[in-house]
Amino acid sequence: MTDIKATMDALPGLDHRAPLLQIDDLHVEFRTRDGVAKAVNGASFWLSPGETLAILGESGCGKSVTAQAIMGILESPPGHITAGEIRYRGVDLLKLPEVQRRKVRANRIAMIFQDALSALNPVYTVGFQLAELFRVHRGMSRSDARNRAVDLLDQVKIPGARSRVNDYPHQFSGGMRQRVMIAMALALDPEVLIADEPTTALDVTVQAQIMGLLAELQRQRNMGLILITHDMGVVADVADRISVMYAGRVVEEAPVHDIYARPGHPYTRALLESIPRLDLKGRQLNVIRGLPPALTDIPRGCAFNPRCRYAKDPCRQDPAPPAYAIAPHRTARCHFFREVLGE
Amino acid sequence: MSDANLITVAEAPDVSGRSRSLAGDAWADLRRNKIFWISAVLVVVILLMAFVPSLFTSADPGACALSNKHKGPSGGAIFGYDFQGCDVFARTIYGTRASIEVGILSTLMAGLLGLIFGLSAGYFGGTTDAVLSRVTDIMLGVPFLLGAVVFSGRLSGSEDDGVWAVTLTLGVLTWTSAARVMRSSVIAVKSQDYVAAGRMLGASPGRLMFRHILPNSMASFIVVLTILLGTNIAAEATLSYLGVGLKGDAVSWGLQIAEAQDYARIAAHPLIWPSVFLAATVLAFIMLGDAIRDAFDPKLR
Amino acid sequence: MFRYIVRRLLQMILTFFGATFVVFALMFANQDDPIQALVGEKQASDSLRAALTERYHLDEGFLTQYWYYMKGLLTGDLGKSLTGRDISEMLADAWPVTIRLALLAVLIAAAIAVTTGVYAGIRRGGLFDNGTLLMTLLLLAMPIVVLAPLAQLVFAMELRWFPATTTKDATPYELLLPAIVLATTVIATQLRVTRTSVVENLRADYVRTARAKGLAPRRVTWVHVLRNSLIPVITLIGVDLGVLMSGAIVTEEVFNIPGVGFNLARGIRTEDGPLVVGFVSVLVIIFLVVNLAVDLLYAALDPRIRYE
Repeated sequence: MTDIKATMDALPGLDHRAPLLQIDDLHVEFRTRDGVAKAVNGASFWLSPGETLAILGESGCGKSVTAQAIMGILESPPGHITAGEIRYRGVDLLKLPEVQRRKVRANRIAMIFQDALSALNPVYTVGFQLAELFRVHRGMSRSDARNRAVDLLDQVKIPGARSRVNDYPHQFSGGMRQRVMIAMALALDPEVLIADEPTTALDVTVQAQIMGLLAELQRQRNMGLILITHDMGVVADVADRISVMYAGRVVEEAPVHDIYARPGHPYTRALLESIPRLDLKGRQLNVIRGLPPALTDIPRGCAFNPRCRYAKDPCRQDPAPPAYAIAPHRTARCHFFREVLGE
Repeated sequence: MSDANLITVAEAPDVSGRSRSLAGDAWADLRRNKIFWISAVLVVVILLMAFVPSLFTSADPGACALSNKHKGPSGGAIFGYDFQGCDVFARTIYGTRASIEVGILSTLMAGLLGLIFGLSAGYFGGTTDAVLSRVTDIMLGVPFLLGAVVFSGRLSGSEDDGVWAVTLTLGVLTWTSAARVMRSSVIAVKSQDYVAAGRMLGASPGRLMFRHILPNSMASFIVVLTILLGTNIAAEATLSYLGVGLKGDAVSWGLQIAEAQDYARIAAHPLIWPSVFLAATVLAFIMLGDAIRDAFDPKLR
Repeated sequence: MFRYIVRRLLQMILTFFGATFVVFALMFANQDDPIQALVGEKQASDSLRAALTERYHLDEGFLTQYWYYMKGLLTGDLGKSLTGRDISEMLADAWPVTIRLALLAVLIAAAIAVTTGVYAGIRRGGLFDNGTLLMTLLLLAMPIVVLAPLAQLVFAMELRWFPATTTKDATPYELLLPAIVLATTVIATQLRVTRTSVVENLRADYVRTARAKGLAPRRVTWVHVLRNSLIPVITLIGVDLGVLMSGAIVTEEVFNIPGVGFNLARGIRTEDGPLVVGFVSVLVIIFLVVNLAVDLLYAALDPRIRYE
């Protein structure tokens, strides 16, 4: 229990040269009384140490479900992973027995959630909730674990950590609470951090502070960071690469600057055009027509076709567009990526 | 969580499906609920037993012959005879009426009190609410049976069978739950947009109360009353058992149980049958209330 | 926390006077002949009339009567029963066995309700859950007047697993069957509230966080979910005490347990007004004090209230 490294090294198929995290053709569906909702339909992406990958998309595009699948905390039932692989350093997490999977959580892959107030347990002090990690995963004594909790609060720059460790979540401000969440996720020095809309619930000024803190901690620890967001502004500042998700698929993947300069998928393009820009003040904003598809009834072919101004007949027919390599390190799932790129 | 939420939204019936009213949805739900049908049929049978007992037995519950004392079940009396030689089946059937009478009347009384208290507390708010809520708290400060024992004890001097005394006792002491439910649902409805809109359009308080607020608060109120009907029937039996409920010549399950209990070692059937009927009656009303609540508030199922 | 306690204490004092007033008013208010109400259908002799008039100050105004009644309650002077026994002494004699019975019942109820409720909540919609719901429905429908005599008939007289009645100093074994009967009066609600609360809490975001922390399901349930789920159950204890008191009257009568409920039931049967009013008043006070304690316990369990 205490020697976490030995436990991790014993994972079947562990290969330190393999990519830090690789998701391949992930499919997740929710089987409910009213039908099957296909939340993720073949998502693929990878993550390297020290890198920030932004997963971008509207709510309901499957980005949070993907994150939960990686963590192994999908509510099941109704959630089921029907196909695909999630590999950490070559280890297929989906084939791992639950006991080992649990060790990976928090130790190697950790997650922070959007709403820290509801994500923290209201009836325990933040100290208890932090110390719990060290007690359960490291077998530390109560006082040692508590000291570590104070250290962590210090690291995430919570003033007066030694006394605040005895406070309850609701006694913190929104920004401070999110810092507690970050401290909790970083407690066991994970290599991958998944941040699911970490700043959406916060004020704009606080948002910047939290993103700054995340970036700083990431640099110090050389962590891979998956930043899940619908906010293109946040992405531009911190991400290295972007995966744009639509209806459970990654429709475009590219380094952040390329995508802003020249989007390769109509959906990405539409997203960029819907951001209000100062230099275009006074002109009408382009909004995306229609609604994201119901996950119980995803359109044939390219899921975006009913809302797409480039759509032609092939787009409306199965199979869905493959991931075209449109440039080095860039893919887009659009038959007409050349037109979209403006070539 | 946003994704999970979205999925539920995506799966919810489309707008045209939603245009059905809440009551319509609830009724569609009830119709498919087995528990509802079982309890509804039970309630109908119980009501028939209460008001037309002769449908079920031709025997006279008052015709007792000591020579029959503690005789077991036979063709004439399928539940046998009690210690006074009365036909247990006939007495059990005729005992339904007292229970149902007391149950319905006391629930109506509690409902009326609860309606007045809850509606005014919820609608007027402020000081009215504070005072009425304190009164409710004080009533809840007296455990029901303790209050009932003192109260019906003092009413016991009267000569009749005690139906009114018990009804009054139960009505006066059990309105609190109805009042609380009424109050909170009135407050919930009051804060909704369409009521605010009505107020802005100049609808009078009376009109608002009776056209908008009351109908929307009714569902949970009725559920509480249905369940209260069941528990009041149980309470009547308990009071009768203790000797402060129905008395004298009254035919009541509580009295039957009290009498039969002393002889349970010799003859168990006079104890068992009224017990079974009492439990079944209480069960029927509680189940009915439960089913209606599930239909109106499906999220907890 | 301090403000919360002060507020609750003030409410408690108000409720205390209100509730005792209600009990007193139920007995004496608007009564043509309060003495006849105290003695029931018996003929009250002139000397008894004089004694009761003096005792309850019936020759004075209603509020004065209430004042003397309160004074007696607070100084522990409950007067004498119609049989001439000192009511405070009767209470003192009856308490120990009733407390033992009640504690046993509460332990049984809590143990069964919480464990079953949690498992039913975890396996929501499953066979175990539906079975439990059905059981609670049946239990809710069983008035104590049905349950106590039938349990005695079946388990004590027919199967002979338990003694049918208890001796003066009731042993835990003798109290077991009555305690189970008494427990069933509160198990159903406790279990349902636990289950619903567990179901709701299992959906809470903090459960997802706990799982993301790599905690074992057992720890998530019994450490994280349970503590949150117990908060509404704790508030039930206060209400349940009232149910238990009512239940104890019938249960002690049926099983011949010489406790408070037994004495009260006898007082009711013999139409001993002073005894009934005295016992009921003391029980109401205990009920209120326990409810106050429960509210404070509630605050201790839910930090959100503590710092309100």
